[in-house]
Amino acid sequence: MTDVRTTAESVFRAESGRIIASLIRISGSFDRAEEAMQEAFAAALAFWPGHGTPRNPAAWITTTAHRKLIDAVRRERTRMEKQEPLQYQAALAELPSDTTFEEAAMHYPDDRLRLIFTCCHPALNPEAQVALTLRTLGGLSTAEIAKAFLLPEATLAQRLVRAKRKIQEAHIPYEIPSAERLPERMDSVRAVIYLIFNEGYAATAGSDLVRRDLCAEAIRLGRVLHELAPDDAESIGLLALMLLHDSRRDTRIVNGDLKTLEEQDRSLWDGRAISEGLQLVEEALAMGRAGPYQFQAAIAALHAQAGRAEETDWRQIAALYRGLLERNPSPVIALNHAVAVAMSGKLTEGLQLLDEPDLSGALDHYYLFHAARADLLRRLERWAEAAEAYRQALDRATNEVERDFLRKRLRELSGRRLFCV
Amino acid sequence: MRYMMLIYTRETESGLAPEDANELKTAHRAVMEQASRKGVLRGAEPLAPTSSATTVRVQSGKTMITDGPFAETKEQLAGYYIIDCGNLDEAIEWASQIPTACKGGEGCVEVRPLLDMAGDCLRYRTLND
Repeated sequence: MTDVRTTAESVFRAESGRIIASLIRISGSFDRAEEAMQEAFAAALAFWPGHGTPRNPAAWITTTAHRKLIDAVRRERTRMEKQEPLQYQAALAELPSDTTFEEAAMHYPDDRLRLIFTCCHPALNPEAQVALTLRTLGGLSTAEIAKAFLLPEATLAQRLVRAKRKIQEAHIPYEIPSAERLPERMDSVRAVIYLIFNEGYAATAGSDLVRRDLCAEAIRLGRVLHELAPDDAESIGLLALMLLHDSRRDTRIVNGDLKTLEEQDRSLWDGRAISEGLQLVEEALAMGRAGPYQFQAAIAALHAQAGRAEETDWRQIAALYRGLLERNPSPVIALNHAVAVAMSGKLTEGLQLLDEPDLSGALDHYYLFHAARADLLRRLERWAEAAEAYRQALDRATNEVERDFLRKRLRELSGRRLFCV
Repeated sequence: MRYMMLIYTRETESGLAPEDANELKTAHRAVMEQASRKGVLRGAEPLAPTSSATTVRVQSGKTMITDGPFAETKEQLAGYYIIDCGNLDEAIEWASQIPTACKGGEGCVEVRPLLDMAGDCLRYRTLND
Protein backbone atom coordinates (compact mmCIF):
# COMPACT_ATOMS: atom_id res chain seq x y z
CA MET A 1 0.00 0.00 0.00
CA THR A 2 2.83 2.37 0.85
CA ASP A 3 4.43 1.56 -2.52
CA VAL A 4 1.21 2.23 -4.34
CA ARG A 5 0.77 5.51 -2.53
CA THR A 6 4.35 6.53 -3.30
CA THR A 7 3.96 5.68 -6.99
CA ALA A 8 0.63 7.43 -7.19
CA GLU A 9 2.02 10.48 -5.42
CA SER A 10 5.08 10.74 -7.62
CA VAL A 11 2.96 10.37 -10.76
CA PHE A 12 0.65 12.98 -9.38
CA ARG A 13 3.49 15.42 -8.68
CA ALA A 14 5.08 14.90 -12.08
CA GLU A 15 2.01 14.72 -14.27
CA SER A 16 -0.79 16.57 -12.55
CA GLY A 17 -0.01 19.86 -14.32
CA ARG A 18 -0.16 18.19 -17.71
CA ILE A 19 -3.31 16.20 -16.91
CA ILE A 20 -5.20 19.05 -15.30
CA ALA A 21 -4.33 21.36 -18.19
CA SER A 22 -6.08 19.02 -20.63
CA LEU A 23 -9.01 18.51 -18.28
CA ILE A 24 -9.49 22.27 -18.00
CA ARG A 25 -9.39 22.72 -21.75
CA ILE A 26 -12.01 20.00 -22.23
CA SER A 27 -14.33 20.95 -19.38
CA GLY A 28 -13.76 24.69 -19.45
CA SER A 29 -13.77 24.68 -15.66
CA PHE A 30 -10.96 24.65 -13.11
CA ASP A 31 -13.20 23.17 -10.44
CA ARG A 32 -14.57 20.35 -12.53
CA ALA A 33 -11.06 19.47 -13.74
CA GLU A 34 -9.70 19.45 -10.21
CA GLU A 35 -12.51 17.25 -8.97
CA ALA A 36 -11.98 14.70 -11.75
CA MET A 37 -8.27 14.70 -11.03
CA GLN A 38 -8.78 14.04 -7.32
CA GLU A 39 -11.26 11.27 -8.02
CA ALA A 40 -8.81 9.61 -10.39
CA PHE A 41 -6.12 9.78 -7.75
CA ALA A 42 -8.42 8.23 -5.16
CA ALA A 43 -9.36 5.52 -7.68
CA ALA A 44 -5.69 4.70 -8.18
CA LEU A 45 -5.21 4.24 -4.44
CA ALA A 46 -8.23 1.94 -4.31
CA PHE A 47 -7.57 -0.06 -7.47
CA TRP A 48 -3.81 -0.49 -7.74
CA PRO A 49 -3.16 -2.49 -4.54
CA GLY A 50 -5.48 -5.33 -5.68
CA HIS A 51 -4.72 -5.26 -9.41
CA GLY A 52 -1.11 -4.18 -9.46
CA THR A 53 0.31 -0.84 -10.54
CA PRO A 54 -0.35 -0.31 -14.25
CA ARG A 55 2.61 -0.28 -16.62
CA ASN A 56 2.01 3.36 -17.49
CA PRO A 57 0.60 4.93 -14.31
CA ALA A 58 0.38 8.41 -15.81
CA ALA A 59 -1.75 7.20 -18.74
CA TRP A 60 -3.95 5.27 -16.32
CA ILE A 61 -4.58 8.36 -14.21
CA THR A 62 -5.17 10.47 -17.32
CA THR A 63 -7.76 8.08 -18.73
CA THR A 64 -9.46 7.64 -15.37
CA ALA A 65 -9.59 11.38 -14.77
CA HIS A 66 -11.19 11.75 -18.16
CA ARG A 67 -13.84 9.12 -17.34
CA LYS A 68 -14.54 10.85 -14.04
CA LEU A 69 -14.99 14.09 -15.91
CA ILE A 70 -17.50 12.49 -18.28
CA ASP A 71 -19.31 10.87 -15.34
CA ALA A 72 -19.59 14.22 -13.61
CA VAL A 73 -20.85 15.86 -16.78
CA ARG A 74 -23.46 13.10 -17.24
CA ARG A 75 -24.63 13.43 -13.65
CA GLU A 76 -24.97 17.15 -14.13
CA ARG A 77 -26.79 16.60 -17.40
CA THR A 78 -29.29 14.23 -15.81
CA ARG A 79 -29.84 16.66 -12.97
CA MET A 80 -30.38 19.52 -15.41
CA GLU A 81 -32.64 17.43 -17.61
CA LYS A 82 -34.90 16.91 -14.64
CA GLN A 83 -34.89 20.55 -13.64
CA GLU A 84 -34.63 22.62 -16.78
CA PRO A 85 -35.19 20.48 -19.85
CA LEU A 86 -34.29 23.33 -22.18
CA GLN A 87 -31.00 24.31 -20.64
CA TYR A 88 -29.01 21.12 -20.52
CA GLN A 89 -28.27 20.91 -24.22
CA ALA A 90 -26.59 24.26 -24.26
CA ALA A 91 -24.64 23.58 -21.08
CA LEU A 92 -22.46 20.81 -22.44
CA ALA A 93 -21.66 20.39 -26.07
CA GLU A 94 -19.88 17.27 -27.22
CA LEU A 95 -17.23 15.54 -25.14
CA PRO A 96 -14.40 13.72 -26.86
CA SER A 97 -14.10 9.97 -26.52
CA ASP A 98 -11.31 8.36 -24.46
CA THR A 99 -9.02 7.93 -27.43
CA THR A 100 -9.18 11.51 -28.54
CA PHE A 101 -8.61 12.59 -24.99
CA GLU A 102 -5.43 10.56 -24.61
CA GLU A 103 -4.21 11.80 -27.94
CA ALA A 104 -5.01 15.30 -26.87
CA ALA A 105 -2.98 14.88 -23.70
CA MET A 106 -0.02 13.59 -25.69
CA HIS A 107 -0.19 15.85 -28.70
CA TYR A 108 -1.17 19.17 -27.21
CA PRO A 109 1.72 20.08 -24.98
CA ASP A 110 0.34 23.60 -25.35
CA ASP A 111 -2.33 22.86 -22.77
CA ARG A 112 0.15 23.49 -20.00
CA LEU A 113 1.30 26.68 -21.66
CA ARG A 114 -2.32 27.83 -21.87
CA LEU A 115 -2.71 27.01 -18.21
CA ILE A 116 0.42 29.00 -17.27
CA PHE A 117 -0.85 32.07 -19.11
CA THR A 118 -4.27 31.83 -17.49
CA CYS A 119 -2.87 31.36 -13.99
CA CYS A 120 -0.38 34.20 -14.44
CA HIS A 121 -2.83 36.56 -16.13
CA PRO A 122 -2.08 40.13 -15.03
CA ALA A 123 -5.82 40.70 -14.51
CA LEU A 124 -5.46 38.50 -11.39
CA ASN A 125 -3.67 39.97 -8.42
CA PRO A 126 -0.12 38.67 -7.85
CA GLU A 127 -0.96 36.62 -4.74
CA ALA A 128 -3.77 34.93 -6.63
CA GLN A 129 -1.45 34.24 -9.56
CA VAL A 130 1.07 32.56 -7.28
CA ALA A 131 -1.54 30.50 -5.44
CA LEU A 132 -3.27 29.37 -8.61
CA THR A 133 -0.01 28.46 -10.34
CA LEU A 134 1.15 26.36 -7.39
CA ARG A 135 -2.25 24.74 -7.03
CA THR A 136 -2.97 23.78 -10.63
CA LEU A 137 0.37 23.62 -12.38
CA GLY A 138 2.41 22.56 -9.36
CA GLY A 139 -0.22 20.21 -7.98
CA LEU A 140 0.35 21.45 -4.41
CA SER A 141 -2.56 21.14 -2.04
CA THR A 142 -4.21 24.22 -0.57
CA ALA A 143 -2.81 23.20 2.83
CA GLU A 144 0.73 22.92 1.46
CA ILE A 145 0.60 26.33 -0.19
CA ALA A 146 -0.87 27.92 2.92
CA LYS A 147 1.89 26.41 5.04
CA ALA A 148 4.59 27.58 2.65
CA PHE A 149 3.32 31.16 2.80
CA LEU A 150 2.61 31.01 6.53
CA LEU A 151 -1.05 31.80 5.93
CA PRO A 152 -4.19 30.25 7.38
CA GLU A 153 -5.55 27.62 5.02
CA ALA A 154 -8.91 29.39 4.87
CA THR A 155 -7.25 32.60 3.60
CA LEU A 156 -5.53 30.71 0.83
CA ALA A 157 -8.65 28.75 -0.09
CA GLN A 158 -10.55 32.04 -0.29
CA ARG A 159 -7.85 33.48 -2.55
CA LEU A 160 -8.16 30.52 -4.91
CA VAL A 161 -11.95 30.72 -4.98
CA ARG A 162 -11.82 34.42 -5.84
CA ALA A 163 -9.23 33.89 -8.57
CA LYS A 164 -11.26 31.11 -10.19
CA ARG A 165 -14.40 33.23 -9.97
CA LYS A 166 -12.66 36.13 -11.70
CA ILE A 167 -11.40 33.81 -14.46
CA GLN A 168 -14.94 32.66 -15.03
CA GLU A 169 -16.77 35.97 -14.69
CA ALA A 170 -14.38 38.15 -16.65
CA HIS A 171 -13.72 35.39 -19.22
CA ILE A 172 -9.97 35.31 -18.78
CA PRO A 173 -9.02 33.21 -21.80
CA TYR A 174 -7.42 29.77 -21.76
CA GLU A 175 -5.17 30.64 -24.65
CA ILE A 176 -1.66 31.46 -25.66
CA PRO A 177 -1.55 35.26 -26.05
CA SER A 178 -1.21 36.91 -29.45
CA ALA A 179 2.32 37.34 -30.82
CA GLU A 180 2.45 41.04 -29.97
CA ARG A 181 1.31 40.49 -26.37
CA LEU A 182 3.43 37.40 -25.82
CA PRO A 183 6.63 39.14 -24.59
CA GLU A 184 4.86 41.10 -21.82
CA ARG A 185 2.77 38.10 -20.84
CA MET A 186 5.90 35.94 -20.63
CA ASP A 187 7.33 38.61 -18.30
CA SER A 188 4.36 38.18 -16.05
CA VAL A 189 4.76 34.37 -16.02
CA ARG A 190 8.45 34.66 -15.16
CA ALA A 191 7.69 37.16 -12.42
CA VAL A 192 5.32 34.67 -10.78
CA ILE A 193 7.85 31.84 -10.91
CA TYR A 194 10.64 34.04 -9.55
CA LEU A 195 8.34 35.30 -6.80
CA ILE A 196 7.74 31.68 -5.75
CA PHE A 197 11.48 31.03 -5.80
CA ASN A 198 12.31 34.09 -3.72
CA GLU A 199 9.63 33.28 -1.21
CA GLY A 200 11.44 30.01 -0.65
CA TYR A 201 14.95 31.39 -0.86
CA ALA A 202 14.91 34.75 0.86
CA ALA A 203 12.58 34.05 3.75
CA THR A 204 14.12 32.08 6.54
CA ALA A 205 11.14 32.11 8.84
CA GLY A 206 9.01 29.03 9.26
CA SER A 207 9.89 25.44 8.58
CA ASP A 208 13.00 25.13 6.40
CA LEU A 209 11.75 22.08 4.60
CA VAL A 210 8.60 23.62 3.23
CA ARG A 211 10.49 26.65 2.05
CA ARG A 212 12.94 24.42 0.21
CA ASP A 213 9.97 22.85 -1.49
CA LEU A 214 9.03 26.27 -2.81
CA CYS A 215 12.49 26.72 -4.38
CA ALA A 216 12.31 23.24 -5.88
CA GLU A 217 8.79 23.92 -7.14
CA ALA A 218 9.83 27.21 -8.75
CA ILE A 219 12.73 25.45 -10.48
CA ARG A 220 10.37 22.73 -11.69
CA LEU A 221 8.01 25.38 -13.08
CA GLY A 222 11.01 27.13 -14.65
CA ARG A 223 11.87 23.86 -16.39
CA VAL A 224 8.31 23.50 -17.66
CA LEU A 225 8.40 27.04 -19.05
CA HIS A 226 11.76 26.37 -20.70
CA GLU A 227 10.46 23.12 -22.16
CA LEU A 228 7.36 24.84 -23.55
CA ALA A 229 9.19 27.90 -24.89
CA PRO A 230 12.68 26.58 -25.64
CA ASP A 231 13.73 29.63 -27.71
CA ASP A 232 12.91 32.18 -25.05
CA ALA A 233 16.26 33.51 -23.83
CA GLU A 234 14.91 35.21 -20.72
CA SER A 235 13.17 32.04 -19.55
CA ILE A 236 16.47 30.18 -19.88
CA GLY A 237 18.06 33.03 -17.92
CA LEU A 238 15.46 32.66 -15.18
CA LEU A 239 16.01 28.90 -14.88
CA ALA A 240 19.79 29.41 -14.78
CA LEU A 241 19.46 32.14 -12.16
CA MET A 242 17.34 29.95 -9.89
CA LEU A 243 19.65 26.95 -10.27
CA LEU A 244 22.74 29.01 -9.49
CA HIS A 245 21.18 30.62 -6.41
CA ASP A 246 19.82 27.30 -5.27
CA SER A 247 23.25 25.67 -5.56
CA ARG A 248 24.37 27.73 -2.54
CA ARG A 249 21.28 27.13 -0.46
CA ASP A 250 22.79 24.66 1.99
CA THR A 251 25.75 26.91 2.77
CA ARG A 252 23.84 30.14 3.39
CA ILE A 253 22.73 29.24 6.85
CA VAL A 254 24.93 27.06 9.02
CA ASN A 255 23.64 26.14 12.49
CA GLY A 256 21.23 29.04 12.30
CA ASP A 257 23.96 31.53 11.32
CA LEU A 258 23.75 33.50 8.10
CA LYS A 259 26.91 33.16 6.00
CA THR A 260 27.88 35.77 3.41
CA LEU A 261 29.09 34.67 -0.03
CA GLU A 262 32.61 35.29 1.22
CA GLU A 263 32.20 33.05 4.25
CA GLN A 264 30.35 30.18 2.58
CA ASP A 265 32.04 26.79 2.25
CA ARG A 266 32.26 26.63 -1.53
CA SER A 267 33.10 22.93 -1.53
CA LEU A 268 29.51 22.34 -0.38
CA TRP A 269 27.93 24.22 -3.27
CA ASP A 270 25.88 21.92 -5.49
CA GLY A 271 28.18 21.23 -8.44
CA ARG A 272 25.47 19.68 -10.60
CA ALA A 273 23.17 22.66 -10.26
CA ILE A 274 26.10 24.98 -11.00
CA SER A 275 27.20 23.21 -14.15
CA GLU A 276 23.64 23.08 -15.44
CA GLY A 277 23.21 26.75 -14.57
CA LEU A 278 26.44 27.75 -16.31
CA GLN A 279 25.51 25.82 -19.41
CA LEU A 280 22.08 27.50 -19.52
CA VAL A 281 23.61 30.97 -19.08
CA GLU A 282 25.86 30.36 -22.06
CA GLU A 283 22.99 28.99 -24.10
CA ALA A 284 20.85 32.05 -23.32
CA LEU A 285 23.55 34.64 -23.94
CA ALA A 286 24.41 33.00 -27.28
CA MET A 287 20.90 33.87 -28.45
CA GLY A 288 21.87 37.53 -28.39
CA ARG A 289 18.71 38.79 -26.69
CA ALA A 290 20.00 39.85 -23.29
CA GLY A 291 17.50 40.79 -20.58
CA PRO A 292 17.37 41.27 -16.81
CA TYR A 293 17.19 37.57 -15.88
CA GLN A 294 20.15 36.76 -18.10
CA PHE A 295 22.17 39.59 -16.56
CA GLN A 296 21.42 38.36 -13.07
CA ALA A 297 22.17 34.77 -14.07
CA ALA A 298 25.50 35.86 -15.58
CA ILE A 299 26.36 37.60 -12.31
CA ALA A 300 25.42 34.49 -10.31
CA ALA A 301 27.51 32.45 -12.75
CA LEU A 302 30.60 34.58 -12.06
CA HIS A 303 30.18 33.98 -8.34
CA ALA A 304 29.71 30.26 -8.93
CA GLN A 305 32.85 30.07 -11.04
CA ALA A 306 35.12 31.55 -8.37
CA GLY A 307 36.78 28.68 -6.51
CA ARG A 308 37.65 31.04 -3.67
CA ALA A 309 35.98 34.33 -2.71
CA GLU A 310 39.17 36.27 -3.56
CA GLU A 311 39.04 34.93 -7.11
CA THR A 312 35.65 36.54 -7.82
CA ASP A 313 35.72 38.63 -10.99
CA TRP A 314 34.18 41.72 -9.37
CA ARG A 315 35.08 43.99 -12.29
CA GLN A 316 32.97 41.97 -14.66
CA ILE A 317 30.21 41.72 -12.07
CA ALA A 318 30.27 45.52 -11.70
CA ALA A 319 30.04 45.85 -15.50
CA LEU A 320 27.05 43.50 -15.59
CA TYR A 321 25.27 45.44 -12.84
CA ARG A 322 26.00 48.60 -14.82
CA GLY A 323 24.30 47.00 -17.86
CA LEU A 324 21.37 45.88 -15.75
CA LEU A 325 21.08 49.35 -14.22
CA GLU A 326 20.94 50.96 -17.66
CA ARG A 327 18.01 48.75 -18.63
CA ASN A 328 16.20 48.62 -15.30
CA PRO A 329 17.08 51.64 -13.20
CA SER A 330 16.26 50.66 -9.61
CA PRO A 331 17.79 51.62 -6.26
CA VAL A 332 18.42 47.98 -5.29
CA ILE A 333 20.37 47.32 -8.47
CA ALA A 334 22.27 50.57 -7.92
CA LEU A 335 23.15 49.30 -4.44
CA ASN A 336 24.48 46.03 -5.87
CA HIS A 337 26.42 47.93 -8.50
CA ALA A 338 28.05 50.12 -5.87
CA VAL A 339 29.05 47.08 -3.81
CA ALA A 340 30.51 45.35 -6.89
CA VAL A 341 32.53 48.48 -7.73
CA ALA A 342 33.83 48.58 -4.16
CA MET A 343 34.73 44.90 -4.20
CA SER A 344 36.60 45.25 -7.48
CA GLY A 345 39.26 47.11 -5.55
CA LYS A 346 37.71 50.58 -5.57
CA LEU A 347 36.35 50.70 -2.01
CA THR A 348 36.16 54.48 -1.75
CA GLU A 349 34.50 54.86 -5.13
CA GLY A 350 31.91 52.21 -4.19
CA LEU A 351 31.17 53.98 -0.92
CA GLN A 352 30.75 57.28 -2.75
CA LEU A 353 28.21 55.66 -5.07
CA LEU A 354 26.29 54.40 -2.02
CA ASP A 355 26.33 57.80 -0.38
CA GLU A 356 24.84 59.63 -3.35
CA PRO A 357 21.76 61.37 -1.94
CA ASP A 358 19.33 59.80 -4.43
CA LEU A 359 20.35 56.30 -3.48
CA SER A 360 20.77 56.72 0.26
CA GLY A 361 17.42 58.53 0.37
CA ALA A 362 15.59 55.83 -1.54
CA LEU A 363 17.10 52.96 0.46
CA ASP A 364 17.24 54.41 3.96
CA HIS A 365 14.48 52.04 5.12
CA TYR A 366 16.28 49.00 3.70
CA TYR A 367 18.51 47.14 6.17
CA LEU A 368 20.72 45.68 3.44
CA PHE A 369 21.69 49.20 2.33
CA HIS A 370 23.05 49.97 5.81
CA ALA A 371 24.59 46.52 6.12
CA ALA A 372 26.39 46.99 2.79
CA ARG A 373 27.59 50.46 3.83
CA ALA A 374 28.77 49.06 7.15
CA ASP A 375 30.68 46.31 5.36
CA LEU A 376 32.49 48.78 3.10
CA LEU A 377 33.36 51.03 6.07
CA ARG A 378 34.65 47.95 7.92
CA ARG A 379 36.85 47.06 4.95
CA LEU A 380 38.11 50.67 4.91
CA GLU A 381 38.87 50.23 8.63
CA ARG A 382 36.63 53.16 9.55
CA TRP A 383 35.52 51.23 12.62
CA ALA A 384 33.33 53.80 14.38
CA GLU A 385 31.35 54.64 11.25
CA ALA A 386 31.02 50.96 10.45
CA ALA A 387 29.59 50.26 13.90
CA GLU A 388 27.10 53.09 13.49
CA ALA A 389 25.99 51.72 10.10
CA TYR A 390 25.56 48.21 11.58
CA ARG A 391 23.37 49.72 14.27
CA GLN A 392 21.27 51.44 11.59
CA ALA A 393 20.94 48.10 9.80
CA LEU A 394 19.98 46.34 13.04
CA ASP A 395 17.22 48.92 13.62
CA ARG A 396 15.69 47.96 10.27
CA ALA A 397 16.22 44.20 10.05
CA THR A 398 13.27 42.05 11.10
CA ASN A 399 14.46 38.52 10.45
CA GLU A 400 16.16 36.94 13.50
CA VAL A 401 18.84 35.13 11.50
CA GLU A 402 19.79 38.39 9.86
CA ARG A 403 19.73 40.27 13.14
CA ASP A 404 22.05 37.69 14.70
CA PHE A 405 24.44 38.18 11.83
CA LEU A 406 24.48 41.96 12.31
CA ARG A 407 25.00 41.61 16.08
CA LYS A 408 27.92 39.29 15.46
CA ARG A 409 29.52 41.85 13.16
CA LEU A 410 29.00 44.58 15.74
CA ARG A 411 30.70 42.47 18.42
CA GLU A 412 33.66 41.87 16.13
CA LEU A 413 33.95 45.61 15.59
CA SER A 414 33.97 46.46 19.25
CA GLY A 415 37.01 44.17 19.60
CA ARG A 416 38.71 46.03 16.77
CA ARG A 417 38.04 49.39 18.29
CA LEU A 418 39.65 48.43 21.60
CA PHE A 419 42.84 47.59 19.79
CA CYS A 420 42.90 50.66 17.61
CA VAL A 421 41.95 53.46 19.93
CA MET B 1 -19.70 38.53 -24.07
CA ARG B 2 -20.25 42.25 -23.73
CA TYR B 3 -17.74 44.30 -21.79
CA MET B 4 -18.29 47.81 -20.57
CA MET B 5 -15.25 50.02 -20.75
CA LEU B 6 -15.54 52.86 -18.30
CA ILE B 7 -13.26 55.77 -19.06
CA TYR B 8 -11.94 57.53 -15.98
CA THR B 9 -10.18 60.86 -16.44
CA ARG B 10 -8.55 63.50 -14.36
CA GLU B 11 -10.64 66.59 -14.92
CA THR B 12 -8.69 69.79 -15.29
CA GLU B 13 -9.97 73.37 -14.89
CA SER B 14 -9.34 74.35 -18.48
CA GLY B 15 -10.20 71.03 -20.10
CA LEU B 16 -8.51 70.19 -23.37
CA ALA B 17 -6.94 72.71 -25.75
CA PRO B 18 -8.89 72.84 -29.05
CA GLU B 19 -6.25 71.03 -31.09
CA ASP B 20 -5.91 68.31 -28.41
CA ALA B 21 -9.69 67.99 -28.30
CA ASN B 22 -9.72 67.45 -32.04
CA GLU B 23 -7.00 64.84 -31.83
CA LEU B 24 -8.89 63.04 -29.07
CA LYS B 25 -12.10 63.04 -31.09
CA THR B 26 -10.28 61.55 -34.06
CA ALA B 27 -8.80 58.82 -31.85
CA HIS B 28 -12.24 57.96 -30.43
CA ARG B 29 -13.75 57.92 -33.90
CA ALA B 30 -11.03 55.52 -35.06
CA VAL B 31 -11.84 53.03 -32.28
CA MET B 32 -15.59 53.32 -32.90
CA GLU B 33 -15.21 52.86 -36.65
CA GLN B 34 -12.97 49.85 -36.20
CA ALA B 35 -15.35 48.29 -33.70
CA SER B 36 -18.44 48.89 -35.83
CA ARG B 37 -16.71 47.53 -38.93
CA LYS B 38 -16.12 44.34 -36.98
CA GLY B 39 -19.74 44.43 -35.85
CA VAL B 40 -18.87 44.42 -32.14
CA LEU B 41 -19.67 47.98 -31.06
CA ARG B 42 -22.74 47.99 -28.82
CA GLY B 43 -22.54 51.55 -27.58
CA ALA B 44 -20.21 54.44 -26.79
CA GLU B 45 -20.94 57.82 -25.33
CA PRO B 46 -19.14 60.64 -23.54
CA LEU B 47 -20.44 62.18 -20.33
CA ALA B 48 -20.63 65.90 -19.57
CA PRO B 49 -18.12 67.05 -16.90
CA THR B 50 -18.80 66.33 -13.22
CA SER B 51 -19.64 70.02 -12.68
CA SER B 52 -23.00 69.04 -14.23
CA ALA B 53 -23.49 66.02 -11.98
CA THR B 54 -26.24 65.61 -9.39
CA THR B 55 -26.40 62.75 -6.91
CA VAL B 56 -29.78 61.37 -5.91
CA ARG B 57 -30.21 59.07 -2.93
CA VAL B 58 -33.46 57.81 -1.45
CA GLN B 59 -33.29 57.33 2.31
CA SER B 60 -36.33 56.04 4.23
CA GLY B 61 -38.63 57.22 1.47
CA LYS B 62 -37.08 60.67 1.29
CA THR B 63 -35.19 61.78 -1.79
CA MET B 64 -31.88 63.47 -0.96
CA ILE B 65 -30.32 65.53 -3.69
CA THR B 66 -26.74 66.76 -3.62
CA ASP B 67 -24.62 68.71 -6.04
CA GLY B 68 -21.71 66.92 -7.68
CA PRO B 69 -20.63 63.35 -8.33
CA PHE B 70 -21.20 60.45 -5.92
CA ALA B 71 -17.56 60.18 -4.90
CA GLU B 72 -14.85 62.83 -4.71
CA THR B 73 -12.05 60.91 -6.37
CA LYS B 74 -9.09 62.05 -8.44
CA GLU B 75 -10.40 60.37 -11.54
CA GLN B 76 -13.97 60.77 -12.72
CA LEU B 77 -16.15 58.78 -15.05
CA ALA B 78 -15.99 60.53 -18.42
CA GLY B 79 -17.63 58.10 -20.84
CA TYR B 80 -18.08 54.51 -21.78
CA TYR B 81 -17.90 51.93 -24.56
CA ILE B 82 -19.77 48.65 -24.76
CA ILE B 83 -17.99 46.16 -27.01
CA ASP B 84 -18.70 42.51 -27.71
CA CYS B 85 -15.53 40.47 -27.11
CA GLY B 86 -14.64 36.80 -27.09
CA ASN B 87 -12.71 37.08 -23.84
CA LEU B 88 -10.91 39.45 -21.49
CA ASP B 89 -7.77 39.62 -23.64
CA GLU B 90 -9.80 40.96 -26.55
CA ALA B 91 -11.46 43.46 -24.24
CA ILE B 92 -8.04 44.57 -22.98
CA GLU B 93 -6.90 45.11 -26.58
CA TRP B 94 -9.86 47.42 -27.21
CA ALA B 95 -9.47 49.18 -23.89
CA SER B 96 -5.81 49.90 -24.58
CA GLN B 97 -6.81 51.77 -27.74
CA ILE B 98 -9.39 54.02 -26.10
CA PRO B 99 -8.00 57.50 -25.43
CA THR B 100 -8.47 58.60 -21.82
CA ALA B 101 -7.63 62.29 -21.81
CA CYS B 102 -11.27 63.24 -22.40
CA LYS B 103 -11.50 65.82 -19.61
CA GLY B 104 -8.00 67.21 -19.69
CA GLY B 105 -5.70 64.89 -17.76
CA GLU B 106 -4.67 61.34 -18.56
CA GLY B 107 -6.73 58.53 -17.09
CA CYS B 108 -7.52 54.85 -17.34
CA VAL B 109 -10.16 52.45 -18.54
CA GLU B 110 -11.94 50.02 -16.23
CA VAL B 111 -13.07 46.88 -18.02
CA ARG B 112 -16.14 45.11 -16.63
CA PRO B 113 -18.14 42.28 -18.14
CA LEU B 114 -21.85 43.03 -18.41
CA LEU B 115 -24.12 40.48 -16.79
CA ASP B 116 -26.38 38.90 -19.34
CA MET B 117 -29.94 39.62 -18.23
CA ALA B 118 -31.52 39.02 -21.64
CA GLY B 119 -33.90 36.44 -20.15
CA ASP B 120 -35.10 38.87 -17.49
CA CYS B 121 -35.64 41.66 -20.03
CA LEU B 122 -37.71 39.32 -22.15
CA ARG B 123 -39.95 38.50 -19.22
CA TYR B 124 -40.26 42.20 -18.40
CA ARG B 125 -41.35 42.96 -21.97
CA THR B 126 -44.06 40.29 -21.99
CA LEU B 127 -45.38 41.60 -18.71
CA ASN B 128 -45.73 45.08 -20.20
CA ASP B 129 -47.20 43.88 -23.47
